Amino acid sequence: MMATISPDNSGLRLAVRYTVLSLIAVIFLFPLVFMVVSSFKPDAQLLADTASLRAFLPVGDISLDNYAAAFARAPVGLFVFNSVLVTGVTVLLSLFVCSLAAFSFVFLRWRGRKLLLAIIVATLIVPFETIAIPLLLIAANLPWIGLDGFQIGWLNTYRVQIIPWIADGLTIFLFVQYFKDLPGELIEAARVEGASSWTIYRRIVMPLAGPVLATAAILKFLIMYNQYLWPLMVVQQESYRPVMVGLQYFFQLNRAWGEIMAYLSMITVPVLAFYLYMQRAFIASIASTGVKG
Amino acid sequence: MAQVSLRNVRKSFGAVDVIKGVDIDIADGEFVVFVGPSGCGKSTLLRMIAGLEDITDGDLEIDGVRMNDRQPKDRGIAMVFQTYAIFPHMTVRENVAFGLTINKTPKAEAAAKVAEAARILQMEHLMDRKPSQLSGGQRQRVAIGRAIVRDPKVFLFDEPLSNLDAALRMDMRMEIGKLHQSLGASMIYVTHDQVEAMTLADKIVVLKDGLVMQVGTPMDLYHAPDNLFVAGFLGAPSMNFIDVKLTEMESELATVENAAMQPIKVAHKGRALSVGGRGVLGIRPQYLHPVAPSEGMLHGKVALTERLGAETVVEVMLKDGEKVIAALAEDRILAPGTEIGLRFDAAQAHLFADDATQRKAVH
Repeated sequence: MMATISPDNSGLRLAVRYTVLSLIAVIFLFPLVFMVVSSFKPDAQLLADTASLRAFLPVGDISLDNYAAAFARAPVGLFVFNSVLVTGVTVLLSLFVCSLAAFSFVFLRWRGRKLLLAIIVATLIVPFETIAIPLLLIAANLPWIGLDGFQIGWLNTYRVQIIPWIADGLTIFLFVQYFKDLPGELIEAARVEGASSWTIYRRIVMPLAGPVLATAAILKFLIMYNQYLWPLMVVQQESYRPVMVGLQYFFQLNRAWGEIMAYLSMITVPVLAFYLYMQRAFIASIASTGVKG
Repeated sequence: MAQVSLRNVRKSFGAVDVIKGVDIDIADGEFVVFVGPSGCGKSTLLRMIAGLEDITDGDLEIDGVRMNDRQPKDRGIAMVFQTYAIFPHMTVRENVAFGLTINKTPKAEAAAKVAEAARILQMEHLMDRKPSQLSGGQRQRVAIGRAIVRDPKVFLFDEPLSNLDAALRMDMRMEIGKLHQSLGASMIYVTHDQVEAMTLADKIVVLKDGLVMQVGTPMDLYHAPDNLFVAGFLGAPSMNFIDVKLTEMESELATVENAAMQPIKVAHKGRALSVGGRGVLGIRPQYLHPVAPSEGMLHGKVALTERLGAETVVEVMLKDGEKVIAALAEDRILAPGTEIGLRFDAAQAHLFADDATQRKAVH
C-alpha cells in the first residue's frame, strides 16, 4: 500500500511545525525582549513588573533616561569601539592564519603534520583559566617594536587582546575538516595546471570555503566579543577596555538595573548585526558551492 | 607531441607494491590506452606520469628528458580527470583559461587560445556559464578545453567518460578520437572499458596487478592474445575457455581434446604445454557456429538465448557440464533444451597453458 499525504494532513503538519518553531523562537526571544523593554523603564517599575507579563511589554513610565544615564556612567561608545576593533581584527587574522594552517595540514606533505594536528586539537580540552596566569606573565614580559620604539610588556594594548587569540585549535580543526571534504582532484587539477600552493589556497580553496569561513567567523566573533577574564587581567586603562569589562561600571556603588539593561541592549546590537550579515553570507556561500560532479 | 618512455617503473605504498616494474614506449602522436580491471594500477601509472604520485623506482622520460623529480607543471602534460575537476566557482571561460592566467600568459594570446579551444569543442555558447549550469558532457568538454589551451606534449585522460551515461559516452568517445586526429598529440588514456580501449587506441597496454600483460594494437590483442587474461579481458562477450587435455605436440600444432569435443589441432605458439598435461582452449563466441548435433565439434544443449536484434547470444551447456557462449550474427530462435552442435575454425582458436590466477581475475 502506498503512503499518501492528503492536503489536510500536510496542512496540519505544517501548522504543528510552525507552532513548535514559534514556541522555540519565543523561548529564545524572551530574555532579549525583557532586556530591551526593561531598558526603557525606571528601576522601581522594572522590578515591580518582573512578577507579571508586563515585564515583556513596553508599558508604564517609558523613557530613554536609562540610556542617558548609561552614557553618563561609562564611555559606552569607546567600549563598543574597542570590542568591535579587537573582535574584527582577531576574526580576520584568525580566519587567515587558521585556514593557512589547515591548508598546510590537509594539502601539503611534511613530516610530523599528523602529530602536530593531534596536539593542536588536544589543546581544545585545556580550559583557558588554567593557562591564564602563565599567559599573563608571558604577555607582561614580551618585547614589542612599534611606532614608538622598543618596549617590554604588552599590557594595556590592543595587541595583547588580539594576538594570543588569533590561532586556536577549534578554528583550525573546523577548516581541516572542511578542506578534507573538498574534492582532491580539484587541487590536483590546479597543480597540474601549474598552480603554486599559495595560488591553490587563494584561487581554489578559499573561494570554495564560504560555509566554513562563515561558521568560523561567527564562533570566533562570539568568543571574542564576550571576552571578559583575559581583558580584565591585561587591561587596566579605560582607553583599551572592551564592553564586557565595561559592565563592571554598572555594578559599582549604586546599582541601577535599568541602566544595565540599556548598556546590554546597546552592546548587543553589533552582535546581532554581525550574525544577520553572516547568516546571509553563509546561505549565499552554500548556494554557490552546491555543485555536484 | 612527444615520446614517453617508462623504464622498469615501480610504485610502492609502504610495503605494498602497486606497480611492479613496467616498461612502456609511447611514440610521438600515439594514442595509448591503459586498460585493466579495478586495482590493476592503471590510474596510479597515469598519475605517476602526471607527477601526482612519486615514482618509487625506475625512470620516466618525456622526449628523452628524465621527469621523475619534475613538478607536474614542468612535465609538459595536461590531465583530464574522471570527475572533470573543473572549478565550481569559476565560469567556463575562467576554467579553461586557468592555467594560462596563473602562468601569466599575455591576455590577447590567452583569449585567442581559449577561443580556439571553445571552437574545437563547440562550446562557444557556454563560456560565461558556471559549471553548475552544465551537463556532464559539457563539463567534460570544459575539462578537455582546459587541457587543450596549455598545448601540452602529452594529454593524460583518467577514465574521462565513466561518469557519463551510455549515449553521451559514445558521443564523447568519438569526439576524443577526432580530437586526437586533429591535434595529433600523444595521448595516454586510462579506462576499464574495453570498447573505449579498442576504438580509440593506436596501442593498448593491458595491466593486471601492477604488471603489463600485453602491449599491442587493438587487433593484435584481439586476434593474438598472449595469455588467458588478455584473451578474456578483451572482446564481448568474453572468450570461451574450455579445459582440454594435450594428446600430441608437433612443431607448430598441438592436438587437444576433452569429453565434449573431438580431437583438434591448434597452434601452441611455443607455450609451456606438454603431452598428457592440461591446457585451455580459447574460442571467441563470434567464431562458434551452430550446426546439427551430429556435425558439431562441440556438443550440448541450449541453456539460454538472448536476442539482441542483429545478434543472438546463445549459452550452450556442453556434455561435460561446462558452458560456452556463441554469438550469432543474426536473429535466431533457439529454444532452451534444444540439442545443438557447434563448429569452429581451429585457426581461430587459441591454446593457453592453464593458469587459474589469470583465468579467475578476468572479471
